[in-house]
Amino acid sequence: MRLSPDEIIFWQYGFLKLNATIAYTWGLMLVMAIGSKIITRKLSTDLTRSHWQNLLEIVVTGIEKQIEEIGLSQPRKYLDFLGTLFLFVAVASLCTVIPGYEPPTGSLSTTVALALCVFVAVPFFGIQEQGLGDYLKSYMKPTVMMLPFNIISEFSRTLALAVRLFGNMMSGAMIIAILITITPFLFPIVMTMLGLLTGMVQAYIFSILAAVYIAAAIRVRKPKPEPEATQ
Amino acid sequence: MDSMTIIAVASIIIAGITTGFGTMGPALAEGKAVATALTSLAQQPDASATITRTLFVGLAMIESTAIYCFVVSMILIFANPFWNYAIAQVVGK
Repeated sequence: MRLSPDEIIFWQYGFLKLNATIAYTWGLMLVMAIGSKIITRKLSTDLTRSHWQNLLEIVVTGIEKQIEEIGLSQPRKYLDFLGTLFLFVAVASLCTVIPGYEPPTGSLSTTVALALCVFVAVPFFGIQEQGLGDYLKSYMKPTVMMLPFNIISEFSRTLALAVRLFGNMMSGAMIIAILITITPFLFPIVMTMLGLLTGMVQAYIFSILAAVYIAAAIRVRKPKPEPEATQ
Repeated sequence: MDSMTIIAVASIIIAGITTGFGTMGPALAEGKAVATALTSLAQQPDASATITRTLFVGLAMIESTAIYCFVVSMILIFANPFWNYAIAQVVGK
């Protein structure tokens, strides 16, 4: 019983292994990068535009609006990071309709890598916004006693991000694999549809949680000066 | 009973119990969350986008504890280190 696409090995040389996770991840990256490059070669700003450009615009403005609703007042600064997270996990899950494909997010390596990116990005954006001293002081809010708890919570929510995504993707693939041995035609199709739904929801959840952590880190805690009363 | 049997019996029983408890708690919590969200949607329909998004985020957080239990059950059944060790002992003999 195969737990993850790490165990499908295409090619091996010593200890370097080309397994399905790496192959599918690179395939996804190439498809998304080359596809976007081709679509954005001739952007048009008037009312007539190609369907693909329209699709990309809908996706990008949708993500930007969601980021703004979370509370990040300048969504453009965080759009590339959060948008990439969402699009990678979403496309990785959408491509399960292709037969023979296993989502690379069903392997703990990919999800831990994505969670580590968020773990590094949150202090990065926090320091960029608040400065190093203010950001480090924010770990001691509301009291100094909370310092170990804040540090532990940083690690635990990174771990939770990784395990949540891994568990959802892996369980979808495994349930389909188990059901195929029992009822070949009806239930695997239904479970694949359910897997698509949970994949998109998990992509949304991953990026929204990353946005919430970043918003918590860049929240400036200095009280704003009182506005002058104007006569 | 020798140690292999004990390991197998304990793993199987605990895997079943883990999944059992792991689905009960989150199901109750998610039911409560959805019920509260529906009540607040009925009271303020124009905040429906915020309520729906917060509901989904909350459901994902609750779901993750169920996923932890599922992962532990899968490890006990399919990637059990104690079972692998016991098998290695028997094969080595």
